[in-house]
Amino acid sequence: MILRVNDVHFDYKSRKVLNGVELGVNQGEILAIMGPNGVGKSTLLKCMDMILKPTAGSVFVNDSDLAALSNQEIAQKIGYVSQRNDVSRTTVFDAVLLGRKPHIGLTISEKDYQIVDAALKRFELEDMQLRRIDEMSGGELQKVCICRAIAQEPSVLLLDEPTSSLDLHNQLEILKIIKNVTVGHNTATVLTMHDLNLALRFADKFVFMKDGIIHDACDANGITPEMIENIYGVKVHIEYFKGIPYIIPI
Amino acid sequence: MHLEDGTKPTAYRKYVAQKIGLIIGLFILLILFALFAVSVGSVSIPIPDVILTLLSGPGGTGLFDRVIWNIRIPQIITAIIAGAGLAVAGVAMQSVLKNPLASPYTLGLSNAAAFGAAVGILLFGLGTTGNNMADAISVENPYLVTICAFIFSMAASGIILIVAKIRSATPEVMVLAGVALNSLAVAGLAAIQYFVDETKVAAIVFWQFGDAARAGWTEIAIIGGIVLICFIYFIWKRWDFNAMDAGDETAKSLGVHVSRLRLTGMVAASLISAVVVSFLGVIGFVGLVCPHIMRRLIGDDQRYLIGGTAVCGALLLLVSDTVARTMISPHVLPVAIITSFLGAPIFLYLIVRGK
Repeated sequence: MILRVNDVHFDYKSRKVLNGVELGVNQGEILAIMGPNGVGKSTLLKCMDMILKPTAGSVFVNDSDLAALSNQEIAQKIGYVSQRNDVSRTTVFDAVLLGRKPHIGLTISEKDYQIVDAALKRFELEDMQLRRIDEMSGGELQKVCICRAIAQEPSVLLLDEPTSSLDLHNQLEILKIIKNVTVGHNTATVLTMHDLNLALRFADKFVFMKDGIIHDACDANGITPEMIENIYGVKVHIEYFKGIPYIIPI
Repeated sequence: MHLEDGTKPTAYRKYVAQKIGLIIGLFILLILFALFAVSVGSVSIPIPDVILTLLSGPGGTGLFDRVIWNIRIPQIITAIIAGAGLAVAGVAMQSVLKNPLASPYTLGLSNAAAFGAAVGILLFGLGTTGNNMADAISVENPYLVTICAFIFSMAASGIILIVAKIRSATPEVMVLAGVALNSLAVAGLAAIQYFVDETKVAAIVFWQFGDAARAGWTEIAIIGGIVLICFIYFIWKRWDFNAMDAGDETAKSLGVHVSRLRLTGMVAASLISAVVVSFLGVIGFVGLVCPHIMRRLIGDDQRYLIGGTAVCGALLLLVSDTVARTMISPHVLPVAIITSFLGAPIFLYLIVRGK
């Protein structure tokens, strides 16, 4: 197991946001963290990358306790894409090159350039490498941000709602890329999502959060209408199409 | 994950070469303009004589030697390092505070220094300043006034940083604290001017007019040393500033200690501002307008923006200083008046032109 989260707690002021979260992800797997707004999905993702320091508990990547590593060492192991990305007047190439920051010494090496070039090709961004990111659409920008995280060459990829505010075409394209990268590069990917049906098409494992804990954990075929009702308070019916379950609210 | 099957990005390298070429071009322009600046003034010196005098070094006793080495070169070097310093402080503040309006002037550091100088003049009395316009107006102990200005300016930045530390160093908190301190410094300055006699009011007002002619070789060494150290710091942290421009969470995920960078970046930018303003007086617009000019020309990438902005700031202040020395020659205007006259229309043009 590449990523292990052991009994992680996080308090924001006096409010308990995470209350003993446990989970693990293997190489080549996508884990989707699901749950209603405000249950701590994004907080959990940030704790996994030490962007927020857990109040208690540990996060391990390849058996290394992140609490014992420097910020740079963590950045060499984990790539993170935030829900909110500020844009500046830089080119796509420069934005992706930023992903090499945890690896760059005094100067940029030929290897760094080659990795960025390869990452751009994976995302079919090479033709727009000199375009400014502040002039791009939301879907294009999201691709650039994920491409930057890939250029970090991480063992673990954390994506906070990677498809929010994207149209259907871009949602599918981004998730296909994430799937290919996860399987093709033996990465472990953890993402938060709201669209259950989209997650069911691409994720291998699911955890459902409620009240700061993992309420249920299963694979796509383990999801039941009772589970969904318990988490979201909505009655649903599950239909199968081409072997993939689809959740339909009643 | 292994991604080493890429190739050398020739188009990108060409694009980078253009940026570097632009900065080198501006630097050459700065050198050429500096030569021109040495040649013009109340005593006009032909360019070949300027080059010969510069090549022969200081210590000559001729008129050109004395004018060039004792008057013009110190003033030109002061304008170059002060302009570069203020511009770099501005670009750092804008990045640290995520606010295009951030500059030593808008954050109140300049007015805090002016307030400090006014307190110094009030406490230590009048003597002789090196101000171009005001040989009759003088300060008894100009170094104490400079020290007062420096202490007040650094105190203002210290208060901004303390408030920021209490409130987790968010850019909004730092900008609001700066605006509040600016008002306080302006009010304090007005109160002192209201109560002191007119000679001291004149001294306070003349002190506020930023002037590159105030600095001798000792002041140049102090200003230059601090600007150089802070410049090296900003260049060293260029990738961290780039990461912070992509958002605080992204920066943290790339290994940047964001709140520490924000605080140390502000300290370095404040130090430059405080030392320049304390020795030379208030010089507005350079720290605000130069980063914006260079962002338009070479983008937001701090790897090029910091160096480019330094050259742009040096050029703007040198041009302003030369105009100030020659416009109504033999009289000399304080350079701060010219920077605002030049800077404001440029800034308005940039705003109207948009992206």
